[in-house]
Amino acid sequence: MSLADLLDVRPGENAHLVLRRATVLDPVASINAIHDVVIREGTIAALASPGEADADGAEVVEAEGLHAFPAFFDPHVHLRTPGQEHKEDIATGTRAAAAGGYCGVLAMANTAPPVSTASDVVALRNLARVDASVPVGFFATVSRGMLGKELTDMVELREAGAIGFSDDGVPIANANLMRRALQYQHLCGGNLSLHEEDLDLSATGAMHEGAVSAALGLEGIPSISESTMIARDAALARYEGARVHALHVSSSESIHVLCEAKEAGTRITAEVTPHHLCLTDEVVRTLDARRFKMSPPLRSESDRQALIGALRDGTLDCIATDHAPHTLEEKEVPYEQAMDGVTGLETAFAALHTELVLPGVIDLGLLVERMAGGAEPFDLERPTLAPGSEANVVLCDLGAEWTVGEDGYESRSANSWCAGQTLTGRVLMTVAAGQVAFRLRSFSLGVAS
Amino acid sequence: MKHLLSIEQLSREEIEGILDRAESFAEVGRRDIKKVPTLRGRTVVSLFYESSTRTSSSFDLAAKRLSADVVSVKAAGSSVEKGESLKDTVATLSAYDPAAIVIRHPYAGAAQMVAGWTAAAVVNAGDGKHEHPSQALLDVYTLRRKLGSLEGIRIWIVGDVLHSRVARSNLIAFTRMGAEVTVSGPPTLIPRGIEELGCEVSYSLDGIEQAEVVYALRMQKERMSESFVPSLREYAASFQIDTRRLEPRQLLMHPGPVNRGVELSGEAIDSPQSLISEQVAAGLVVRMAILYELLAGAEGAPSGEGEGSKPTPIGTPA
Repeated sequence: MSLADLLDVRPGENAHLVLRRATVLDPVASINAIHDVVIREGTIAALASPGEADADGAEVVEAEGLHAFPAFFDPHVHLRTPGQEHKEDIATGTRAAAAGGYCGVLAMANTAPPVSTASDVVALRNLARVDASVPVGFFATVSRGMLGKELTDMVELREAGAIGFSDDGVPIANANLMRRALQYQHLCGGNLSLHEEDLDLSATGAMHEGAVSAALGLEGIPSISESTMIARDAALARYEGARVHALHVSSSESIHVLCEAKEAGTRITAEVTPHHLCLTDEVVRTLDARRFKMSPPLRSESDRQALIGALRDGTLDCIATDHAPHTLEEKEVPYEQAMDGVTGLETAFAALHTELVLPGVIDLGLLVERMAGGAEPFDLERPTLAPGSEANVVLCDLGAEWTVGEDGYESRSANSWCAGQTLTGRVLMTVAAGQVAFRLRSFSLGVAS
Repeated sequence: MKHLLSIEQLSREEIEGILDRAESFAEVGRRDIKKVPTLRGRTVVSLFYESSTRTSSSFDLAAKRLSADVVSVKAAGSSVEKGESLKDTVATLSAYDPAAIVIRHPYAGAAQMVAGWTAAAVVNAGDGKHEHPSQALLDVYTLRRKLGSLEGIRIWIVGDVLHSRVARSNLIAFTRMGAEVTVSGPPTLIPRGIEELGCEVSYSLDGIEQAEVVYALRMQKERMSESFVPSLREYAASFQIDTRRLEPRQLLMHPGPVNRGVELSGEAIDSPQSLISEQVAAGLVVRMAILYELLAGAEGAPSGEGEGSKPTPIGTPA
């Protein structure tokens, strides 16, 4: 199903655009050439020979030297509505998504109160139809009130339009409750997105357990607090013939478990965040909680290398930002006391392009593929540039340098993990579900006369 | 040196500079009037978010012996209890234009954050389980007085290394001064990866007889309930430093307060090889030296005051 069919977005004008002489790259559709991308009525009408598409009243964007990719899809963001709108709301969060090149996001349910009833879901969907710049799907919680005790009314929640289920923020500690949810999935459908962590093993840890935590005197969160839970849930999913999605995988031990589970035929998908791909626990030596405190924590260099390897070989299906806005007051405290989470929607592509593609660690095609890989695990159509598809397009200038935060953020919060960094590669324009969702202010467009 | 936030930040030369300064203050302590005018008219704020006897009293006394005005704020009974943030508390105290803020806080990095919020020199008097640099300096001072140099000296740090800021700061300070350090304790209380700080790790006391110095850490009673050790009795059976385990030529240290009969036996504490009282005495002169280096040393000297590097007593008959 297309994004517009299953997710909610503010209605607007369908795009009529010609991206003149864009370098078009969609590895999944085997497209890699210079084309005029013709978008009519919000649909990719044609990939014409460069310079030959008829404008026919459409807005023409001179895109020579610019790249057009399938727009990105993020299955893991926190829009903080309801209850924490001082950090983010649907309007600001989806503006941030659009500015980052995303054509769709899935919002987590750990709000205040959590999204646990059908009326919560309906209210959020109605709000999204007024406020959302890009299509949004809403998770409902697995357990009522996210308390880990009883299941929510999962069938009713699905009927109300919940895209899937997640207690993200806290793990489902009770294995029997987890099993019941997996059994129930056969009735209600919808994937289960799992925050995989054994809180007994994490205890009062504040960062990855290793040489850096030993040096800083911060209590450590061992890698196995994540990997043992993935192993548990993979075993349960396999036993019940159900499917699960592992959120923000961070450690090499977890990759090992995922690899084995996938080889055994378990229906498990997994995501990784840009910050876990770019940073290690070494940066925590700065004790800068605003940029470097999140759950799961930044891990060691060998973990990071394992994540990159798993991104390449497909053990990790997609990149998700875990965009987690927090106020300055919640971050301007000693490291152990600070809230977990960093923002990432506006910087994900540029950061990964700068840190992994430009140095040759991964190629551009792989990044583009994984940035849009978050739709399929939730039964959504992968964004593509194949003619006839709903227009979900991001136009990027891969040579443009910009400093993160210099011009502020679309997000209401400023806890970006790459604040102040100069990145190479910038999103100029985003088309989401057939509508122009974002244009960079300084990116001038020539309209055909 | 603008702040003293960690031992990590200090070179061996800087450590030696502070200790040499402390030596010169030792002489002041032997006078009838134990005061020098160095910091006259300047204010030292001590801000303690955790209970402390030794550290807070010796910093206060050190500042007074340097003739500073001292304001001591304890979290208990202050507006911290009303929910004031660290940042706002520091802003409030900074309005008094203090020359230095001495801070103890239960969380790592607190002193570093404070340094970003105030014009005062900041002294870390313990931040969470991270660092306790003045303790490490006074311990090095005590050993240097006893042994002349730490070069090649073997030091065992025994006990709850995981929860100890003293262990971390001392490990760094001792190795920086040329000593060879082994940390020893039950595996549950030795942090994974500690060896990357340049020490050996031993999960038993086997081999402790090679050490010249045994440094025992405080074993907190609540560690039992968290299953770090099954019982204090079992801990003591394997790791208590007593006169049977301690060879007569070995020196014994402890940061205090001691759990008598847990990490140290009573006889060991009272034995002549125990340096515990010397450590407390060293705390005063070393903390005077720290304040002096920060506030009146080469970089920190206020213009026009014209104090020489040699402290002069006041109140001595002309």
